[in-house]
Amino acid sequence: MKKKLLAALLVGAMVLGMVGCGSKSSDATAGSAAASTSGDLIKVGIINNDPNESGYRTANDADMKAMFTEENGYEASFAYSLKNDEQITAAQKFIQDGVDYLLLSAADTAGWDSVLKDAQDAGIRVILFDRTIDADESLYEASIVSDMAKEGETAVTWLKDQGLDSINVIHIQGVMGSAAQQGRTGALDDAAAAGDLTIVDQQTAEWNAEKAQQIVQSAIDAGKDFNVIYAENDDMAKGAVAALDKANISHGVGKDVVVMGFDCNAWALEELLNQNWNYDGQCNPFQASYIDEVIKTIQDGGTPEEKVIIMEEKGFDATTITQDDVDKYGI
Amino acid sequence: MGKTIAKKSDHVNALKSLIGNQIFIPIAALLLLVIFHLIMDPSFFAIKMGTNSAGNAVLSGYLITILDSGSELAILAIGMTLVTAASGGQDISVGATIAIAGSVILRVLCGTNSRPDSLQAPIIVAFLVACVAGMLCGAFNGILVAKFKIQPMVATLILFTAGRSIAAWINNNELPVISDKTFTYFGEYIPGIPIPTPFFIAMACVLVIALVLKFTNLRLYIQSVGINEGASKLNGLNPAFVKFLSFVILGLCVAVAGLIKVSRISTINYSVIAKDIEMDAILAVALGGNALGGGKFNMTASILGAYVIQCLTTTLYKFNVQSDALPAYKAVVVIALVVFSAPMVKEKAAELGKKIKKNKKAGEVA
Repeated sequence: MKKKLLAALLVGAMVLGMVGCGSKSSDATAGSAAASTSGDLIKVGIINNDPNESGYRTANDADMKAMFTEENGYEASFAYSLKNDEQITAAQKFIQDGVDYLLLSAADTAGWDSVLKDAQDAGIRVILFDRTIDADESLYEASIVSDMAKEGETAVTWLKDQGLDSINVIHIQGVMGSAAQQGRTGALDDAAAAGDLTIVDQQTAEWNAEKAQQIVQSAIDAGKDFNVIYAENDDMAKGAVAALDKANISHGVGKDVVVMGFDCNAWALEELLNQNWNYDGQCNPFQASYIDEVIKTIQDGGTPEEKVIIMEEKGFDATTITQDDVDKYGI
Repeated sequence: MGKTIAKKSDHVNALKSLIGNQIFIPIAALLLLVIFHLIMDPSFFAIKMGTNSAGNAVLSGYLITILDSGSELAILAIGMTLVTAASGGQDISVGATIAIAGSVILRVLCGTNSRPDSLQAPIIVAFLVACVAGMLCGAFNGILVAKFKIQPMVATLILFTAGRSIAAWINNNELPVISDKTFTYFGEYIPGIPIPTPFFIAMACVLVIALVLKFTNLRLYIQSVGINEGASKLNGLNPAFVKFLSFVILGLCVAVAGLIKVSRISTINYSVIAKDIEMDAILAVALGGNALGGGKFNMTASILGAYVIQCLTTTLYKFNVQSDALPAYKAVVVIALVVFSAPMVKEKAAELGKKIKKNKKAGEVA
């Protein structure tokens, strides 16, 4: 009896889960069904990570949905997963459906060779966005990515140009080993090694605002001398600022401590606008226009000039940022 | 701060009777940390009076940081102790349910607009709704455990996995930010009071649970269900309800902790808020010398255990230990605790003690 109850409960949970997942994909199929009525649209299958993952991903997904519409000449189907095998299954389904283009933000770098070969055999063009994969370059048309190391360099160059007498940095890192952490840490480490600045404290807060707050709190309690917070995302910069506020250490334009963040969340850019922070580096989630361009080139019979297209990414300075920037680039 | 000093002098006076007491474990651990700091760097204990950026006079220093940051953990330790004692298992979903409770608070305060200029509802209303949400999550876990007899850790695995997605869904995946200053009072300072508010909230929770344990039969019921479910049923108790109740109380604790967490930064990040806090909460219960298999419990020891863990965390930050290595250090503490509290080790230690005594006596006789 108990086992039956348990089994019934588990089945119930699974059904619920399917309904939950199903609602999302049914949206997508409904969209494509409506589109297939008209004839000469370009069919694209888009495989992305879960839009719930982060603000970056939410903005990325919204950008894709805004670009690949019927008005712009596309018939788009979407599939979401954070798991590589589910993404591969989705890719196989898109190949069977006979899409013209497969747009892919892979969850994992490995395991894509055979499915991409299938796509090639079926005459489907593959374009990677946001994430690269370990596969032969001939298997895809283009790869549109951010250069995290360049993001770090832009930020560090900006910092060095601020004309501070000495630069003593509290460096708050993201999850160790992630591409964003490695890129953004690399530039700062290089500058420290070259003697351009001193890293007072280097700790990972794992993208977590509370941990960042504790780390900066600890540095303040220890009486460490610092004048720059270099946080590898906006959340951690916010946590750090909370600790500064508690200790009455002024921060922002023309104040004691320079605050630097990354990712360009709308609320973070507003902090810049209010001159509470000094710098925010962009991690561009808007790849759709680049992809659109690549597809147009291929449709016209050309090939993209470069396999790897690195997106333009800005760094915002609190002294020059405008409300328009906040509206346009805030995610 | 005052508390630690009082505890210290107590300890000196009543050392002997304490060693046999359950509360000895967290006090010994705290004492170890205190001695360590006295040797390494006595400035750890310095407390300074300063002003924060809002212009309020506030106290600062490592000890204040510990009391401040340890609050959520102390509150969770209360609920976790009751759940552990009644069900003989632990709730691993508290971090995820904090995300849910926090998300509910922000949802009520912000309404449909994720960046409101003014609060859309009084904070107390948002908090009460979050309490209901937290208690519902607790009730869900409680029903699975008490009614369907699922292992607590397995039952709470459901919310552990799904909770953060639910939290994101509550706010349509947006990240609300609250600009109203009064909302920060719960996680920072109330103007004019130099001690962080979370400490007062934690102490209020401690007071409430102390009164409840003193004036109701909750302690007796939970302990008897934890020690022997069958016997307590024969004595007219309803073990299922007692277990259910303990999970609901934990749900309430979670909602309070959630309020502090979101108030600290006035926003929420679903995937990282209160991450891994369930492990610290369970560790607090273990550090309090409570049997993780259920039965008798000592609430004071659990709460003290929570502050000891925060003290350890702050210590490690002070010495610049990489924060992703923190769990490893805590693991060492857990291993030590588990090993020392194992019956086999206790027996061996007792035997060893006897042998040494015998040898001494033998030596004296010779």
